[in-house]
Amino acid sequence: MCGTDKRFVEEIDYGTPAVRSEKTVTLTIDGQSVTVPEGTSIMRAAREAGIAVPKLCANDMVKSFGSCRLCLVEIEGKGGTPASCTTPAMDGISVNTQTDRLNTIRRGVMELYMSDHPEDCAACAAGDCEMANMAESVGLKQNRYGDDGANHLAPSPIGEHGVNFKELDVSNPYFAYDPAKCIVCSLCVRACEEQQGTFALTVEGRGFESRITAGMDEPFLQSECVSCGACVQACPTGALQEKSIIEMGMPDHSAVTTCAYCGVGCSFKAEMKGEEVVRMVPYKDGKANRGHSCVKGRFAYGYATHKDRILNPMIREKITDPWREVSWEEVYAHIGTEIGRIQKKYGRGSVGGITSSRCTNEETYLVQKLVRQVFGNNNVDTCARVCHSPTGYGLKTTFGTSAGTQDFDSVEHSDVVLVIGANPTDGHPVFASRLKKRLREGAKLIVLDPRRIDLVRTPHVEASYHLPLRPGTNVAVLTALAHVIVSEGLFDEPFIRERCDWDEFQDWASFVLQPENSPEAIEKMSGVSAELIRGAARLYATGGNGAIYYGLGVTEHSQGSTTVMAIANLAMATGNIGRPGVGVNPLRGQNNVQGSCDMGSFPHEMPGYRHISEDATRAIYESLWGVKLDNEPGLRIPNMLDAAVDGSFKALYVQGEDILQSDPNTHHVAAGLEAMECVIVHDLFLNETANYAHVFLPGSTFLEKDGTFTNAERRINRVRKVMEPKNGYADWEVTQEMARALGQNWNYTHPSEIMAEIAATTPSFAGVTYELLEKEGSVQWPCNEKAPTGTPVMHMDGFVRGKGKFVRTAYVATDEKVGPRFPLLLTTGRILSQYNVGAQTRRTENVVWHDEDLLEIHPFDAETRGIREGDWVKLKSRSGETSLRATITERVAPGVVYTTFHHPATQANVVTTEYSDWATNCPEYKVTAVQVSPSNGPTEWQEDYEEHARQSRRIVHVEAAE
Amino acid sequence: MSHEEKFKSGDEHLVYMANQIATFFTSQPEAERVAGVADHINKFWEPRMRGRLFEIIEMGGDGLSPLVLEASQAINRPKAA
Repeated sequence: MCGTDKRFVEEIDYGTPAVRSEKTVTLTIDGQSVTVPEGTSIMRAAREAGIAVPKLCANDMVKSFGSCRLCLVEIEGKGGTPASCTTPAMDGISVNTQTDRLNTIRRGVMELYMSDHPEDCAACAAGDCEMANMAESVGLKQNRYGDDGANHLAPSPIGEHGVNFKELDVSNPYFAYDPAKCIVCSLCVRACEEQQGTFALTVEGRGFESRITAGMDEPFLQSECVSCGACVQACPTGALQEKSIIEMGMPDHSAVTTCAYCGVGCSFKAEMKGEEVVRMVPYKDGKANRGHSCVKGRFAYGYATHKDRILNPMIREKITDPWREVSWEEVYAHIGTEIGRIQKKYGRGSVGGITSSRCTNEETYLVQKLVRQVFGNNNVDTCARVCHSPTGYGLKTTFGTSAGTQDFDSVEHSDVVLVIGANPTDGHPVFASRLKKRLREGAKLIVLDPRRIDLVRTPHVEASYHLPLRPGTNVAVLTALAHVIVSEGLFDEPFIRERCDWDEFQDWASFVLQPENSPEAIEKMSGVSAELIRGAARLYATGGNGAIYYGLGVTEHSQGSTTVMAIANLAMATGNIGRPGVGVNPLRGQNNVQGSCDMGSFPHEMPGYRHISEDATRAIYESLWGVKLDNEPGLRIPNMLDAAVDGSFKALYVQGEDILQSDPNTHHVAAGLEAMECVIVHDLFLNETANYAHVFLPGSTFLEKDGTFTNAERRINRVRKVMEPKNGYADWEVTQEMARALGQNWNYTHPSEIMAEIAATTPSFAGVTYELLEKEGSVQWPCNEKAPTGTPVMHMDGFVRGKGKFVRTAYVATDEKVGPRFPLLLTTGRILSQYNVGAQTRRTENVVWHDEDLLEIHPFDAETRGIREGDWVKLKSRSGETSLRATITERVAPGVVYTTFHHPATQANVVTTEYSDWATNCPEYKVTAVQVSPSNGPTEWQEDYEEHARQSRRIVHVEAAE
Repeated sequence: MSHEEKFKSGDEHLVYMANQIATFFTSQPEAERVAGVADHINKFWEPRMRGRLFEIIEMGGDGLSPLVLEASQAINRPKAA
C-alpha cells in the first residue's frame, strides 16, 4: 500500500520564475551550452542545466530581488560579479558559477550572515534552514567576528543606541516568527505580495535596523495576514517556521495528495513522520494551485486526529437512546436486516442514499451503485443539490454539459473578469490569489454582489464596477446587461452564427430588448443604477477576453438555474467561449462537488450526466451489474424529506454529509429524519444529522485512503493514503461491506479497480486510469480517445450539445418578500478560516479567527433597532428564529443583513426557508426576509437543541456493555 | 419540538413546485411551453410525486397553474407500484 512507500517528494527550485517567450537564447554556463526562453535569469538557466548556484533570497515562485549576494557569477569579458538571479541570460555569453574569487566572496557573505545567526537555531538543527545548507555549500568553517557588537540576537543593554532585537512572535496558531533568525531577504514580503496578494508584510526601518513586520508592526495574528503560509514556505532561515516542525522535527517521508476543503482542489505534499502529519506543503506541480495554498489546506488538518472522531460503529434502537458500540460484523448484519425489513414492509422505493462531495469519486460511485444496484431504485442525491445543481441544469441546457469551461490557468489570459455571487478571497482563496495577480497585471474587474466583498477594493486591486444588487435580482440585472449588449450592437455576430442557433439568438435578442429588461427599468427593483449596468455591460463585451466566475450567490435562488442560463447567454452573445482567458466558471463549494455530480449522484442521471431513461445507458450497467435498473428518476433530498413526512420513505444512508446543519429549514429536515426508521450516518464525527440517526459508521479522512477528487476545473487529482484509517476502513470499503450484507458480491480490492469500472462505463472518463494520473499528475475530463491527456478548455471547436442554445430568462421575483414583519433581507456566505458547516475547521486552531457566526448589519438598520456592536440579536423569519451577535458594517447595504453558517449553535438554517430553484430544488439560501431585534442570548430553540444534541451523543462503550 | 406551521405540507409543496416550473416555461416561446413543463416533470419527478400530482388534478387541481393542467396530458403516468 502507499503508506509503506517511504519516499520523500523533492521539488527542484529553479530560483526565479519561468518566463514565457517564443524567442530563445543560448549561452554557456560552466562549459555547458544551455538554451532558454529570452528573459530567463542566469540562475534559472543554470538550474535547468543541473547547476545549482548558491542562493538565499530567490525562489522560483516570486520575482528576483538580488539582496543576498550569494548567487554572484562571473561573465567572461565583463567586469564585476553580477547576481545571477537578476541578470538575464543573453545569447553567446559564457558564465562561470564556480571560481576561487566567487567562492571567497560567497564565504565572506555567509560568514557575515552567520555571525548574526543564533548558534542554537532549531531550524538549522532540524535541517530546515537554508542558512546551514548554504554555509556548508560555500565551505564556511569559521566566524572571525564573534558575537560581540551590534546584532539582532539579544536585547541591547539598556541605554545603548539602536534596539534591534525583537521578541519571538507566536501569535499565529500555526507558525512562529523569530526575528533573530531573519536576514531581511524579503522573500516573505514578496511571497505575500506576489503569490498571495495580501500585502500584509513589509520591511520596516533602514540598514542594520531593517526588520520584517506584519501589518503596522503588529503580531501576525492581529495584522491583515491571512495565514496562507506562503511566507513560511519561502523563508530560507527558519525565521518563519511551522510550529509543527518546531514541535515534531522534520518529516521523513511524503506523498502528493489533494486538499479536501474547497473546489479549487490544491495539490499538497503531505509530509509525514511515521503515521503523523508534520506539515502540508503546497506542491508546485499541482496544476490548480501552482504551489500556493490557504490557511485551511496548509494548516487546518488537525481535525483528522481530533479526539471527537468516532472510531467504532454504533447502533441504537431509538434516537432518544444512548449509542451502543458494536463490532463491524454486527453493524453490517444490522443494516442488512433493517434495509431488508423496511423494503419488504414499505416497498423498494422506501430507502435511499446521499453521496458525499467530500469523499472520493470512487466512494461516491459506489454509493450511487449501492442505491441503484442493491436498493433497486434511483433515490440517490448529493449535497450539490443545495449548492450547484442549477449549474448542472443551466449549463447542460445551454452548452450541453454540466461543467466549467476552463482551467484555472485560463485566468492568466483574461482581460475582463466578471465575478457574480462569489467571494473568492474567502471561499476559494487560492484561485482568488491567482485572479488578483492577473488584476494587478491590468485585467479589469466587475463584481455583482449585494455585499462589498473584499475583491471590490483590496491592495492594488479595485473593481471597475461593483453592482450592489438587491438579493434575488440576479436574473434581472444579467438580462439588463444582455439588453445593453444587444441594443448597442456589442454582440459577436460571426461567433453566434457559427456556433449557436441563429434563430434562437434572434428570439432571445428580441426578448432582452423588451423595455422591461432595460437597465432603466431594472434599476428600480435591483437598486443598481442604469449607468453602472451599462458601463459594466460595455466593459465585459468590449474589453477583450471576458471570463465569468460565479458561486453560490448565483445558484442558491429560486431562479438559480435561470441565472446560470443568463450567464451562459452573455458568454455566447459576446463570443467568450472556447479559448483560454474566457468562459463560464462555476466556483464549486466542496472539494469533490464536481466529481460527485460526474459520478451519477443525482437521482435522474447515471455517471457522465446520462439520463436514467436512456435505454442504452442503462443497458451498459445492467449487463455489468446483473440487475434490471429502474428507468424512473428517484427522489431528491427535499423530496425524500417530504416523502418521509408523508410516510413512504423510511431509511437513508448518508455518507459524509450533514444535512441537518447544511440544508434549509432545519425544522423540515428534522421532521423528515424523525419520521424515518433507519437513518445511517457515515462520518468522522457525530454530526448534527447523527442526532437523528440509528446507525453510525465511522468514516475515514482524505489522508487515510486512495482515490481521486475532481475539482472545479474538471481536474481529476489523486488522493494518496499516507496513514492507516484510524477507524480501520476507508469509506469505500464500508460501502462495499454494506452491499455484501445486502447480497451483492462486490470484490474491489483497491480504488483503482473502481476507477477502471467508471472508465469502462462512462465515455467522458474512458481514458482515465491510475497509471495515467501517475504519469500526468492530473487530467481534466473529457479524457478519452479524442483527448488522451484530458481537456483544459471545453467547447473549443463547437458546443458539446452541437449548437449553443440561447434561452429566454424572464425575471420572476421570489415569493420570499420583505414586509412590515420581516423588513430585512438575509443573505448567507462563508469566511476564509472556516469551511461549510465547520465540522472540520471548528476542530482546528482556525477558531482563533472565527469562533462564532456574526450577523453583519448596516449602521442605519442597527441604529433604528438600538443595536450596538457585539450585542446579542434575535434573527427571525417566517421559518424560525435564532440568536447570534451583531457586527455593524457598511459592507452590507441598508436593508440587507448577512451571516455565515459555520457553527451549529447558531443554526442559521433554522431561519432559511424552503423556497427553492424552480428546476432543481436547490434551496434559496441567499434570500430570506427577516427581522432583527435586540435579545438577551440564545433562543429557547437553541437551548432545547443543545440539550437534544447532548442527549443524543451519549455513548455506551463496548467494554461497559460486556 | 413542534413543527406545525413551519413548512408546507407535501401537497402544497408539490403544487408550488409545479407552478414554479410552469412560470419559467410561460416565458419561453409559445410552442415550447406545454412540452417544456411535461418534459421537465417527466425527467425530474419521481413517480410518487407525479402520481400525487395526478391525484391532485383529479381532485380538481386546486391551485395548479393552467399550464400545468394543460401539460398533464403529456406527463407520464407512473406505473402502478
